[in-house]
Amino acid sequence: MARAVSTRRKSFNTAAAWSVAMLLFFPILWTILTSFKPEPQAVASPPVFLGFDWTWQNYIDVNQQRDYLRFFLNSVIIAVGSTLLGLVIAIPAAWSMAFVPGRRTKDLLMWMLSTKMMPAVGVLVPIYLIFKTLGLLDSRTGLVIVLTLMNLPIIVWMLYTYFKEIPGEILEAARMDGAGLKDEILYVLTPMAVPGIASTLLLNIILAWNEAFWTINLTVTDAAPLTKFITSFSSPQGLFYAKLSAASTMAIAPILILGWFSQKQLVRGLTFGAVK
Amino acid sequence: MKTTYRALLGATALFALAGIAAAETTITVATVNNGDMIRMQGLMDDFYAKNPDIKVEWVTLEENVLRQNVTTDIATQGGQYDVLTIGTYEVPIWGKQGWLVSLNDLPAEYDIDDLLPAIRGGLTVDGNLMAAPFYGESSMVMYRTDLMEAAGMTMPEAPTWADIEKAAAAMTDKSKEQYGICLRGKAGWGENGAFLTAMSNSFGARWFDENWVPQFDQPEWKATLDFYLNLMNSYGPPGASNNGFNENLTLFQQGKCGMWIDATVAASFVTNPKDSTVAEKVGFALAPDNGLGKRGNWLWAWSLAIPASSQKQDAAKAFINWATNKDYLALVASKEGWANVPPGTRTSLYANPEYAAVPFAKMTLDSINAADPTAPTVKPVPYVGVQFVAIPEFQGIGTSVGQEFSAALAGQKSADEALAAAQALVTDEMTAAGYIK
Amino acid sequence: MPTQSSRAAARLMLSPTVVLLLIWMIVPLAFTLWFSLQRYNLLYPDRQGFNDFANYTRFVASPAFLAAITNTLILVLGVLIITVVLGTLIALLIDQPLWGQGAVRILVISPFFIMPPVAALIWKNMFMNPTNGLFAEAAKYLGLPPFDFLGQAPLASIILIVAWQWLPFATLILLTALQSLSSEELEAAEMDGASAAARFWYIMLPHLARSITVVILIQTIFLLGIFGEILVTTNGGPGTASTTLPYLIFKEALLDFDAGTAAAGGVVAVILANIVAIFLMRAIGKNLDS
Repeated sequence: MARAVSTRRKSFNTAAAWSVAMLLFFPILWTILTSFKPEPQAVASPPVFLGFDWTWQNYIDVNQQRDYLRFFLNSVIIAVGSTLLGLVIAIPAAWSMAFVPGRRTKDLLMWMLSTKMMPAVGVLVPIYLIFKTLGLLDSRTGLVIVLTLMNLPIIVWMLYTYFKEIPGEILEAARMDGAGLKDEILYVLTPMAVPGIASTLLLNIILAWNEAFWTINLTVTDAAPLTKFITSFSSPQGLFYAKLSAASTMAIAPILILGWFSQKQLVRGLTFGAVK
Repeated sequence: MKTTYRALLGATALFALAGIAAAETTITVATVNNGDMIRMQGLMDDFYAKNPDIKVEWVTLEENVLRQNVTTDIATQGGQYDVLTIGTYEVPIWGKQGWLVSLNDLPAEYDIDDLLPAIRGGLTVDGNLMAAPFYGESSMVMYRTDLMEAAGMTMPEAPTWADIEKAAAAMTDKSKEQYGICLRGKAGWGENGAFLTAMSNSFGARWFDENWVPQFDQPEWKATLDFYLNLMNSYGPPGASNNGFNENLTLFQQGKCGMWIDATVAASFVTNPKDSTVAEKVGFALAPDNGLGKRGNWLWAWSLAIPASSQKQDAAKAFINWATNKDYLALVASKEGWANVPPGTRTSLYANPEYAAVPFAKMTLDSINAADPTAPTVKPVPYVGVQFVAIPEFQGIGTSVGQEFSAALAGQKSADEALAAAQALVTDEMTAAGYIK
Repeated sequence: MPTQSSRAAARLMLSPTVVLLLIWMIVPLAFTLWFSLQRYNLLYPDRQGFNDFANYTRFVASPAFLAAITNTLILVLGVLIITVVLGTLIALLIDQPLWGQGAVRILVISPFFIMPPVAALIWKNMFMNPTNGLFAEAAKYLGLPPFDFLGQAPLASIILIVAWQWLPFATLILLTALQSLSSEELEAAEMDGASAAARFWYIMLPHLARSITVVILIQTIFLLGIFGEILVTTNGGPGTASTTLPYLIFKEALLDFDAGTAAAGGVVAVILANIVAIFLMRAIGKNLDS
């Protein structure tokens, strides 16, 4: 990437790129700003950008109404739990598809993806009845299971495409040296696969965190995550923009921060094998 | 019953003697995120002081999500909730299915006979009170006294639709973002469906004739919709097809509406100086009529009920008793003032001289008394319900019809097209459901 | 060369995933098929029994059905076109040398982290609301009448919201692909006097084809199921202007509580989704083969 570029050109690029970035980010920024406004100023006309009376009151109010920490913990447990469980199941599968491909591997992958096409709302009643019978309603275990199954195809696919990039010769060499299957996976494959696994992990935590159908419809209190937290604030009576913004900020902040800090790792494996 | 009770008491005493704390019962209460419910959650210390062995877990949800979650659960006997917040629409239907627990055995000091008759009637199935009203509401006209004065007009206590139109025209000044009238336009059986159904009653319209044949092809509905569309297009705010209760409340509080016809509970919000820029300038009047003997006001009560699938019905009953009895009203009054007491449930509240001083008290009571769910329309109908039809299908058809009216308000359809579509889809649904043979 | 034993091991390692997904597919599908043939309304527990495909005929014959199919296709295609085209342009821009590339990338990626209900609520209330939204304020500032986005252009507004959420995903994948393009090739072309447009068309675009395929495939899977954003913003209206197939099923399931018709709708949706999948595979699948 050592193309010589004039400073003028670079300045122009910078200005353009930053404008686009700010435009895309603006809705989030505006929400965060609004969350610090007193309610009347949140709907003031013309809108106030920064010169308002900054206040924490909305956060205090929101937290008083709903116990944020509990929803937050549920979100963490469900998102991380379903992702880890998914990885444990998917890593062997992806490994075998990548290194011992059969004639039907591609079809198998496509079939897995196609299981995601069933509209969730069409199977709500069956799943609700099954969950009720198994005593899984409003349980984190139940949600972990559902979200694992939901995201499993994506996890398998991401890992598969990543594993496929690992040159087979290295494995051959390891086998020549007498490494068993276990050693092969543990000492040769794993270190090379870590970036791909990390990226898969991150993407799936994001997907599970933001899943907003099952998490709303299968929970009551004990397992309710932040998606349910938001539905308490979506349209209460009276002026609500500032409180809604505060609740929104609280719901998205953890994953946003995680995403920002880990974006390098996330991006590295987010190619789905598209880069040759 | 009595012996079990005594045995229980004995057992409890034994446990206490043995030094083992009585097991805490946790009940799950599902409720809507309305102001009165939120306020109740702030007053729970009082409940815990009186019921130290009961713990309450709140599920506070937006109305539509609440309804979806709770209906799915109760219909599949999921047993996830111990107390449900439901309305006068659900209570008769669910009560008839045997999904709710009768509340007739609430303690004597609860004083069931003190409940407003109109409200109590809507919550009673086969002589059993199936839900205890938390707050009751009708609808009425809220208007800006300053704008009326500036226009040199006065609002009658019981206006006609013609009065409303005249006032709307006089108060509209779009250059100042001041709109003569704000009405619900957002699609939904509980949004524009409720408003237009109640409004149509005053125009002599009805959803069904005695044989469950839909009536949207009749002139009364045409008159209702034409009047509504003309009013909103000429004097309403932009984007009205997405305005529900909340959006209109915000608009009114910002001083952008001259009149607003909506739920009586809104009165305490628009007169609260903390949120409302027009708190001192609001007047109230009965919902309009057309001289046909019915007014365009509805009747609703958010009520607490116990699902038959609950395992903790006694604790749930203790909670309902606390949340809806007279002491609770006094508690709210002592902490937040009489204006913030949940209105519309008890005769004794309106007999209280302190409460009578609240500016909207009388109009709320008059509005509630003016609604009759058992005879909601000018012509006879086979159903119960003022702004809804108490049959299970109504959520679906009410929303679909609401969509059509919303499309008409957005200008995507003409009134005739919307009514024809409504007639066709309701006929279709009612035939499929077996009402029309 | 995989040996016999490694094949067996591979099969063993593959089986948990396959078995679990089979269960996840078959059990709900079996229930759904069963319900779809029954008269089954949650609010009428006493009415039961087979009803001769009435659920299917009702669902397909309902006036909203055709609109729902069209709207679903418009939504998916609209979002795909916007995200792929804008994603490519933004990726090209960010790939240029500039100051603060890392920060720009962080800002661009952010919408992807926002949960759908929050995204829909933010756009609906704080931007598109015709009296209090920022767009209305902007219109006022320019002396124009406010535009009622969700009333007058409901489907386009929803496409805008969903595209905003998915644009980062497309941009990132395309950016990674661009960065893997060898700069020698581009420089050589530049030396030969190829214009920027020619370089894009003949070198970059073919290189991006595979990534674009992946973006389309993954997004289609997610976009076909979108209804949360619609529920929050327009409720499928006005009329049926923004009713999609999943929303129509939602309406049967959670407004009418007609589990039978909702199940029939689910089966119809699965069939249609698979038709789309096959079509997609035919059209672009060869890009995926290595």
